[in-house]
Amino acid sequence: MKKQYYFDHNATTPVRPEVAEAMLPYLTDLFGNASSVHSFGREARHAMEQSRETVARLIGSDPDEIYFTGCGTESDNIALAGYMASAPRGRNRLITTKVEHSAIIKTGAKLERDGYQVTYLGVDHHCRIDMDNLSDEIDGKTALVSIMHGNNETGVLQEIEEAAHIAHEAGAVFHTDAVQSAGKVPIDVNEMGIDMLSMSGHKLNAPKGIGVLYIKKGIPITPLTYGGSHENGIRPGTENVAGIVAMARAVELAMEGMDDKASKLSTLRDRPEKGIEDAVTNVLFNGRGVPRLPGTSNMSFPGVDGEALLFSIDIEGIAASTGSACTTGDVEPSHVLIAMGREPKTAQGSLRFSMGWGTTGEGVDYILECLPVIVKRLRNISGEM
Amino acid sequence: MYTDKVMDHFENPRNVGEIENPDGIGKQGNPVCGDVMELGIKVKDNIIEDARFRTFGCCAAIATSSMVTEMVKGKTLEEAEEISKQAVAEALDGLPPAKMHCSNLAADALHDAIRDYKEKHAKVSK
Repeated sequence: MKKQYYFDHNATTPVRPEVAEAMLPYLTDLFGNASSVHSFGREARHAMEQSRETVARLIGSDPDEIYFTGCGTESDNIALAGYMASAPRGRNRLITTKVEHSAIIKTGAKLERDGYQVTYLGVDHHCRIDMDNLSDEIDGKTALVSIMHGNNETGVLQEIEEAAHIAHEAGAVFHTDAVQSAGKVPIDVNEMGIDMLSMSGHKLNAPKGIGVLYIKKGIPITPLTYGGSHENGIRPGTENVAGIVAMARAVELAMEGMDDKASKLSTLRDRPEKGIEDAVTNVLFNGRGVPRLPGTSNMSFPGVDGEALLFSIDIEGIAASTGSACTTGDVEPSHVLIAMGREPKTAQGSLRFSMGWGTTGEGVDYILECLPVIVKRLRNISGEM
Repeated sequence: MYTDKVMDHFENPRNVGEIENPDGIGKQGNPVCGDVMELGIKVKDNIIEDARFRTFGCCAAIATSSMVTEMVKGKTLEEAEEISKQAVAEALDGLPPAKMHCSNLAADALHDAIRDYKEKHAKVSK
């Protein structure tokens, strides 16, 4: 069987062996319900609270500001809908962006249907929010500003410290979707002025089914679901202790040499970009040249369809992603690339390589070996229409 | 997701290119996902002698384009006009429901090419 190379870490990541090892006992021997009074429960609770402390360290928060959810999407939903429902009287406006993950965009749409006012800030060609636009838009009716830290498609990082400052000046609360950035680049919620933050386990080598929502002390949240008193009633439901332990172990590993790993990953990421730039005519890079997550590379090949590209590289053993229509099941091509000003047809021919733990130079070289030939073949078929 | 036949026509498409001095050209764009297909035909004594295509699109778009050119070669214009999107999809052992619009593209481009041929031919006859 042909060797396979995985370049879709922004979609999901493998669970690291140390993480699997740490969580396994909580599936088998230490299976107690963390709310139970007996020793089985106390054991589980202890592990959960230790994990909470560890996760808090990643972002510089207090442990009791860390809430465990089922995923990043859930964290985003609770942050937005949960806070807007508790916002001070007279403040019924949410300001977010056009390049957010659908968890934010769709929750925004739901809030609009419920009568809230929602504004979506545009981005420039580099996928960056102009903070002057935020200053211009924000007013005394704004309850919440939500701007993602690292974009999932392009990797581009927003200046969230400045955004948080602008939000606070206007008396609004600031949330960031850090699902792609947490564990990859340093975050300190107090230094950066972040009031709420979403994280997802399976983006940083923990299993799927575990997320985190940081909520600064004092920020009121109306729960979206009802049940027991778990997580201060904000996210009722028997805690996924194994997932929580896994999250904490993954966070610990992420904190080890974070800067060094980021630097190495950037170097690995930059290599195919340079190589493809040299080997392929007419390629456009999306998000290159501005602060970006270390492992993300997004490029467009006019004259070629993204799905055709994906299948072609998959045949060669390379797994990547694209924001084109037909693959995602959406009718429209990537809303992020469109917001950046790309023509729909160009956005259609885009490819995202996202690297992480386990990416090697060999894999990166293999991209360079395969991709130019594939692009040439597909452009021949299209006559570059 | 795709049948072996679709993948074969995607990896090894038949009849890619342009006809020199085509007797009919059909061009169809797909509003659903932006695929575009251009099909050229060479006609002699009412028979489609040759067909070639260029397609910008997904695997299904390329595969259906390739298949339709194979299906028409050697057929009369009347036979070619009978070729439907279902026929193209069937020839490929089926397409996922979300991709049926691609076989539409191929069938429509073919019919467009035949219509173009008839228009040109009618002009010449006059």
